[in-house]
Amino acid sequence: MPVWDMGKKTSLFSRHVDSGAKMVDFGGWDMPLHYGSQIDEHHAVRSRAGMFDVSHMTVVDIAGAASRTYLRRLLANDIDKLTSPGKGLYSCMLNESGGVVDDLIAYRRSRGSVAAQTAGEAPGPYRLVVNAATGERDLAWMKKVAGDSAVEITCREELVMLAVQGPAAREITAPLITDDLRDAALALQPFCSVENTDVFVARTGYTGEDGWELIMENQAGRKLWDDALAAGIVPCGLGARDTLRLEAGLNLYGQDMDAETSPLVSGLAWTVSFDDESRDFVGREALLEQRAKGLDEKLVGLVLEDRGIMRHGQKVNTEAGPGVVTSGGFSPTMKRSIALARVPFAADDQCYVQIRNSSCRATIVRPPFVRGGRILVGS
Amino acid sequence: MSDIPGNLRFSVNHEWVREEDDGSIIVGITDHAQQALGELVFVELPEAGQVVTEGDALAVVESVKAASDVYAPIDGEVTDANAALADTPELINSSPYEDGWIARLQPGDPTQMEQLMDAEAYELMLAESGA
Repeated sequence: MPVWDMGKKTSLFSRHVDSGAKMVDFGGWDMPLHYGSQIDEHHAVRSRAGMFDVSHMTVVDIAGAASRTYLRRLLANDIDKLTSPGKGLYSCMLNESGGVVDDLIAYRRSRGSVAAQTAGEAPGPYRLVVNAATGERDLAWMKKVAGDSAVEITCREELVMLAVQGPAAREITAPLITDDLRDAALALQPFCSVENTDVFVARTGYTGEDGWELIMENQAGRKLWDDALAAGIVPCGLGARDTLRLEAGLNLYGQDMDAETSPLVSGLAWTVSFDDESRDFVGREALLEQRAKGLDEKLVGLVLEDRGIMRHGQKVNTEAGPGVVTSGGFSPTMKRSIALARVPFAADDQCYVQIRNSSCRATIVRPPFVRGGRILVGS
Repeated sequence: MSDIPGNLRFSVNHEWVREEDDGSIIVGITDHAQQALGELVFVELPEAGQVVTEGDALAVVESVKAASDVYAPIDGEVTDANAALADTPELINSSPYEDGWIARLQPGDPTQMEQLMDAEAYELMLAESGA
């Protein structure tokens, strides 16, 4: 029996198989790796429009009178930056030693927020979207941090989540969503969301291109998938998702950061908010201590000058000392190998990556490598 | 379903071998292997003069996913490698048995060829592995 008969399936599983997808296990889910060519899928997103079934990601709704207080403690970024309904925020949740439990996007929901505000401590409710592979551990952690405070944490595993990404993605998808939401969805600023009873639309993604992420019930999700396919949006698998996010310089949990690494050495210092001194988020003390001692590492981008492909786990030699490739691969847009690497804080300019028996020259750059279809680094 | 030409010999590691009229052999990876690897983006080729023993790493093929060794199916000395793969590694995907050949070897012990599988045996091996 093929391995993919064992895992959890999204509501779109049979669509993927019908479209000729090569299915692989990803965090216990049977997911499409590609539908024939992951490089073509990559280019489709950079040049026009592609779509990803990301229903394996975990949607967690947070409601209750203490929602805001709770998220101020749970998240390293400050939920109070969500000054109006619909806004979204990228954040990590940390453990007590400042390691990353997971990264996520938190939205302040537009629907139902009035009721929540009148019910007690305004505002609310909130929606979190966390990683697939870490979903169960995340939920346990969220419940532990919640203790007996007045929050309801609801995992919405039944929902479909679709990401439509690429310069033409919003324009092609707009006619396919409900009439009453279309104009508001098209008017969304980046990292903002809007919803009605049928669909939740956010102008977010994981590719470095414009686009939407849409969350809905499974029947509506299947219909949107079919309609988008008919409208010419290219189905894309996890393979293209990984090369797109790497080009965009976006971290992957479990590779570029994990429970043992601090956001401050993972290129995520910008997502940690120390501004409000009264906000005692989990991990704050540990991060302040790290900062006081001085950071000895950082996450950088690498562009390989020699021939070869950089991979996760390969050693990096810099003038300031050794480092390691956290994510590496082939960039279909740049047609060369790029990587994210954790290196000594003082490392700069050139370094060498150990690829099997060869020491290959690479240039240290500041990610992203590619965004909005344009190459931003390298020679 | 993968293509398995009848005139070739095959290793358990999914290399194919073609015997040439001059006594040399051509080595590549099978259609099944290229399908399993996915789109190739880099090939590390052996150099002429390199002497290999059966089972040694002869070349490295890297797909978008991962790097995989290509093993020497028999002992021999490398006399040539397919330079076209340096810039167009995808030839292995589009033409695994012709344009995507990897290396030419002068066999050290031609009797080792008999240990390799014929097309029928290779097809059976693939079937038994569920491919």
